[in-house]
Amino acid sequence: MTEPAAVRCTGLRHSFGSTRAVDGVDLEIRPGEVFGLLGPNGAGKTTTLRMITTLLPAAPDRITVFGVDVARRRMVVRRLIGYVPQQLSADGALTGRENVALFARLFDVPRAGRREQVQLALDLVGLGGDADRTAKTYSGGMIRRLELAQALVSSPRLLVLDEPTIGLDPVARSSVWDRIGSIRAATGMTVLVTTHYMDEAEQYCDRVALMHAGRIRALGTPAELEADLGPGSTLDDVFRSVTGDRLTSEEGGIRGVRATRRTARRLG
Amino acid sequence: MSVPLAVPPAVSADPGPLRRLRVLAARVGAMCLVELQKLRRDQTELLTRAIQPALWLLIFGETFTRLRAIPTGSTPYLDYLAPGILAQSALFIAIFYGIQIIWERDAGVLAKLLVTPTPRAALVAGKAFAAGVRALVQALMVLILAALLGVGLTANPLKLLAMAVVLVLGSAFFCCLSIVIAGIVLSRERLMGIGQAITMPLFFGSNALYPVDLMPPWLKVLSHVNPLSYQVDALRGLLIGTPAHLGTDFAVLAVATVAAVSVASALLGRLAR
Repeated sequence: MTEPAAVRCTGLRHSFGSTRAVDGVDLEIRPGEVFGLLGPNGAGKTTTLRMITTLLPAAPDRITVFGVDVARRRMVVRRLIGYVPQQLSADGALTGRENVALFARLFDVPRAGRREQVQLALDLVGLGGDADRTAKTYSGGMIRRLELAQALVSSPRLLVLDEPTIGLDPVARSSVWDRIGSIRAATGMTVLVTTHYMDEAEQYCDRVALMHAGRIRALGTPAELEADLGPGSTLDDVFRSVTGDRLTSEEGGIRGVRATRRTARRLG
Repeated sequence: MSVPLAVPPAVSADPGPLRRLRVLAARVGAMCLVELQKLRRDQTELLTRAIQPALWLLIFGETFTRLRAIPTGSTPYLDYLAPGILAQSALFIAIFYGIQIIWERDAGVLAKLLVTPTPRAALVAGKAFAAGVRALVQALMVLILAALLGVGLTANPLKLLAMAVVLVLGSAFFCCLSIVIAGIVLSRERLMGIGQAITMPLFFGSNALYPVDLMPPWLKVLSHVNPLSYQVDALRGLLIGTPAHLGTDFAVLAVATVAAVSVASALLGRLAR
């Protein structure tokens, strides 16, 4: 028997009122790869992610995660997923350790090895020494790594990251990606990530899909996509050709801008 | 680098009803624990929140005891009032708990919790429990003040325990009511407005400050559908020994709380969309 796809979307659609956020997405993510979903603000990346992670309702037979239908067996799918949302979402009133321990409990990490497992997850993201400080004293990059630890403590098979490096400085950005890379290499977990930093996608993703106006416009390895466009092309160029040179426009409108500002504020 | 994290989970079978119940219990426990951890670092706020009910008892209570404006039979007015103030202080905290949920929504915390294999009822129950614990801390301080002012309180540990249960149930109900409103209006500002608009009718349309018999008939009806009245009735009966309908009070509070938890859980997903 062949291993089922980590994620398979078939004709995925979602509307907010009269706005079609996701308009017929077909996608297959292979087990063990780092898959990047790229696109400008408002392309439908986050909506797609929220449907895969059960936050938004999906019709039956549209999405499977490791062969499990997301619409029919939500709880089983949730057990397989570790999710890091766009906002810095660690609870500032709890210590780093308490933040991670909560997720260990919510995923039924057995009590016998829980303490060690929590410590491992914290060490893995380099927060072992700061585990007993409250998260509100952490820097933005530390909170991002803490969230990774929260997502990893249950050993998910699919790690879902929504704009994991938004608002972080370059050092924190590469540190987050290095952690993701080494953990993936060691555990073989599948990683699904959205970003609009082309350089990150080029460097860290095995395959990428370029999304625009609710649809997937291009799909392949960064090298393939660049080669298809012509010699000397970068992923930036591919992106521009796909989205009609609108990389810098704010298609997410005021809502997207607000969310980004909110994240920036929390980073202080 | 070798990573000795646990083996990733295989795709599991759908759990049976018994297993689901066990999961629910475990998740409620986890959410309650995390709320206690947060409260532990919030002691200043726990204490300052007790100032308002203390002032009600001290200023309003002492004045109206002297005025003898409210007929409470052989019970001194201050004694009559103390259980009402306990319920009021619990209500005033719980009715704004929905703001926390909206804050957690904005911060991404709620979405992250909703993607874990946790029944929504457990997330709601954690908040309801936290509101109850806050109410208990306040109650302790209000009771100490009441005792200093000479209110004849029971010393029966069973009755005190029952009082704690009534307080937690009442807080849980109003906390869930607040989450329900949050799930409908989806914004902090509107929740604040509605919270403020309903707090006063709930409080003054109950038996917290005066006997229901004094009310005009239409207000009596309101008082009878107001869970706060049942909470106050039980607290009064348990604490100062006035005649009370404890069976009815417990039943109403328990049913109302279960219903509120169910509705709040059903609306929680709306907040994450």
